[in-house]
Amino acid sequence: MTEKKKSNELQSYWSGNRELRRRWAKLRRNKAALFGGVLILIYLFTALFGPILYPGNPSAPNLIRSLETPSRQHPLGTDELGRSILGRIVHGSRVSLLIAIGVVSLGLLLGVPLGLVSGYYGGKVDFGIQRITDTMLAFPGFLLALALVAVLGVGLKNTVISVGISMVPIYIRLVRGCVLSVREQVYVEAARALGTRDVAILMRHILPNVMVPITVQTSLGMGTAILFAAGLGFLGVGVQPPTPEWGAMLGSGRAYLFHAPHVATFPGIAIFLAVLGFNLSGDGLREALDPRFKL
Amino acid sequence: MVAGKFSAGYGTDGGNSLALLEVHNLRKDFPVRKGLFSGTRGSIRAVDGVDFELREGETLGLVGESGCGKTTVARCLLRLIEPTEGEVLFEGEDLLKMDREALRKVRARFQIIFQDPYSSLNPRMNVGEIIAEPLRNHTRSSRGEIRDRVCFLMEKVGLHPEQARRYPHEFSGGQRQRIGIARALALNPRVIICDEPVSALDVSIQAQVINLLVQLQEEMGLSYLFIAHDLSVVEHISNRVAVMYLGRIVELATDQELYRNPQHPYTQALLSAVPVPDPEVQQRRIVLQGDVPSPLNPPSGCGFHTRCPERIDLCTNEVPAFRDLGNGHWAACHLR
Amino acid sequence: MRPEPLLSIRNLRTRFKTYEGMVTAVDRLSLDVHRGETLGVVGESGCGKSVTALSILRLLPSPPAEIQGEILFEGTNILDLTPDRIRQIRGNAISIIFQEPLTSLNPVLTIGEQISEAIRLHQGVTRQEAWKRAVEMLELVQIPSPDARAHEYPHQLSGGMRQRAMIAMALSCRPQLLLADEPTTALDVTIQAQIIDLMVRLKEEFRTSIVLITHNLGLIAGMARRVVVMYLGKMVEEAPVKDLFREPLHPYTQGLLESIPWIGQKLKTGKRLLREIPGIVPNPLEMPEGCRFHPRCPRVMEVCRKEEPPLKELNGGRKVLCWLWN
Repeated sequence: MTEKKKSNELQSYWSGNRELRRRWAKLRRNKAALFGGVLILIYLFTALFGPILYPGNPSAPNLIRSLETPSRQHPLGTDELGRSILGRIVHGSRVSLLIAIGVVSLGLLLGVPLGLVSGYYGGKVDFGIQRITDTMLAFPGFLLALALVAVLGVGLKNTVISVGISMVPIYIRLVRGCVLSVREQVYVEAARALGTRDVAILMRHILPNVMVPITVQTSLGMGTAILFAAGLGFLGVGVQPPTPEWGAMLGSGRAYLFHAPHVATFPGIAIFLAVLGFNLSGDGLREALDPRFKL
Repeated sequence: MVAGKFSAGYGTDGGNSLALLEVHNLRKDFPVRKGLFSGTRGSIRAVDGVDFELREGETLGLVGESGCGKTTVARCLLRLIEPTEGEVLFEGEDLLKMDREALRKVRARFQIIFQDPYSSLNPRMNVGEIIAEPLRNHTRSSRGEIRDRVCFLMEKVGLHPEQARRYPHEFSGGQRQRIGIARALALNPRVIICDEPVSALDVSIQAQVINLLVQLQEEMGLSYLFIAHDLSVVEHISNRVAVMYLGRIVELATDQELYRNPQHPYTQALLSAVPVPDPEVQQRRIVLQGDVPSPLNPPSGCGFHTRCPERIDLCTNEVPAFRDLGNGHWAACHLR
Repeated sequence: MRPEPLLSIRNLRTRFKTYEGMVTAVDRLSLDVHRGETLGVVGESGCGKSVTALSILRLLPSPPAEIQGEILFEGTNILDLTPDRIRQIRGNAISIIFQEPLTSLNPVLTIGEQISEAIRLHQGVTRQEAWKRAVEMLELVQIPSPDARAHEYPHQLSGGMRQRAMIAMALSCRPQLLLADEPTTALDVTIQAQIIDLMVRLKEEFRTSIVLITHNLGLIAGMARRVVVMYLGKMVEEAPVKDLFREPLHPYTQGLLESIPWIGQKLKTGKRLLREIPGIVPNPLEMPEGCRFHPRCPRVMEVCRKEEPPLKELNGGRKVLCWLWN
């Protein structure tokens, strides 16, 4: 008898994860998202273990071997200073990941609390925050980052800050919009009726229920951050040489586009694949996690 | 002055039990912007001067159709929305004059159960956390004490304490409503507002929840303000029933009085319109014509005159007073 | 003997493919609807009553739905018809009214446009003629100033008015069969009374057969002549309405009838507690073995847990799916 009860309990425990299993099944069926996930895994693996797999200083010049086409020793060829392009891409993945994580953290750290406050309290606070985000969003995102770099100066840290700040209004908008709808849910009203303090309502009731869109935006934001940082590097105002950075590599390869196209092509493909990975999995996550897409 | 007005007590038989909750002249206007660019604002008078009292240990039913303001009354009593004017005396203190912290503390003893068991529970919290929330808000209990209390409450409402780790979506509607009840009971409240607690549930589950509410009331000496649109449910569970129409209470009486001797034409129509589950009974329905008027543009005089089968000229001009007809029976109609 | 039924459902089984397996929403359902009668179908959420209505009109997308069995309408099997032929039947010979009229009306078309479109589609009349008939229909369902109302959009009407408009649309082509799926559930009691009155009157006038699907036993008692009780996709009892209420045979029907409060009940019986059916409606993915009602049944026997009871036909047109009667 008790055994039967136990097995029932166990069974319902499993059915308890039904929602999660459904979402996972849905994500798994999405071929594009799966492909994006694989790209991200390759990217993360390269960034974490690449320098071990491909040791040596990727920035040390070797002018004798400049602009070589792909060979056994340098599978993707060499650049104008004779450095292995594969080596620089592998080491550069770490730089771009660092930038992407920095940018998204900055965006989340500033954007989420401001969005929560703006959406939950409304009124004058909301009005103020909204006018600032409106102004920032009036600029194309990249132009804003570029303007900030002009103020702050070049380099890795300033790239992270300027791209990060240019993404803050996106998070504010997103979070505020979600809070506005969650705020009206009966369970938030119920929490107030139970005498829950505002901070607890925000942290326990509202934040967990806006995590899905934040997660999706984080994935998409990683892609955008990589692209923006590369753009700044390409223009020569991002991360400075000799640090291997994909955008800067693309920029320097531009001069040899006709007689050594591989110099610009391979960094370009790296940027493309990394951004594609984050975008595809972001879209996949959105579809799998959004409760409005009925299963 | 105010006390004198209420010394008789609305619709009470003896008047020997204590009024836990007294509501005087409660009003709620919702502002409405009329045009897109015009600054002029109109307002919807959702609750238009409601008076009643809830006595210790009783169930007061509040019945009416959608848009009559019954749910707004519930929200105003707890100040989940701010009433425009009036007095809400809970244990003698006016809730409308309290500051946020005092109000927060009162909410431990004055609780609410919501209609929709699906949207009133946070989907990201497990049942244990949901029931523990009021305990964490109002007490300094240890983890162990909270756990024991949650287990006790879950058993009390007919749930297995082993289910505390599960999430709301794993439960059926009736079970979710039990979770909501356990949460409301956590701090031993004296008054619980039940806002359509069974109308979202299946027929066979409704009886379970009604019985649970009745049993809990007897055990714990709770007082209920039971709000519903289903007259048969309200009449079953309540000691006294107030009927609302267009923001006002039009009739208030004990359940027996209301059933045997309804006075207001609206109550009579409402009673006659409830389908009787017996095919042998030839029902004589009073079919009211037309719809409930919009509260944005309420009719003059008696709010019911546009649909009333017994309308006289006076009804279109003058708002009828809410009068004591004897026997604890009150009604607002010129003809009575 | 009785004449051939208008609608005859034989062994209908509707299943849905989900991520976790097949869910059987309706399981081997057989029932007849005769000309001019109102058949009540009663049951709680998940019992398959709405799916039955949608299966009759083939309004379920396939996949995920799979429909087996026979649905004979005037002798032809609806499940064999081509999509073109079924469209000719929908809204013409068989119409449906849903619970929530706001979501089943198109928000960007006026009421008049929607009704006249249905008329033009099935009767091939001119635009003006169709509009004229649409206004007549609105008048018939007692919408005040139908000329003006025909030009209004669904959101401009009240809930009761919308349901009237839905009924006007459903009856505009004088269907032989009307499927009414919880037609008054979203409405207030006084408005519900208006709609019931209207449906009873129109049924007499048009001689339409009605399948009234509802969980409201009061509504069934007032309108239906025969009743089918469903539980978890199965028909558990069928009986003439008076017999069902006087002497319900299935323990589920008995529990259902006793668990609803009615006005004045407490004063007559003196009891504040209602009889309740214990337990919860099981998850359709974890259907109980044997009789589906056995985990909640107060009269459960050993056989109920193991074997499904056969449908037993009794005198007086009664059927019951229960071991107690075998």
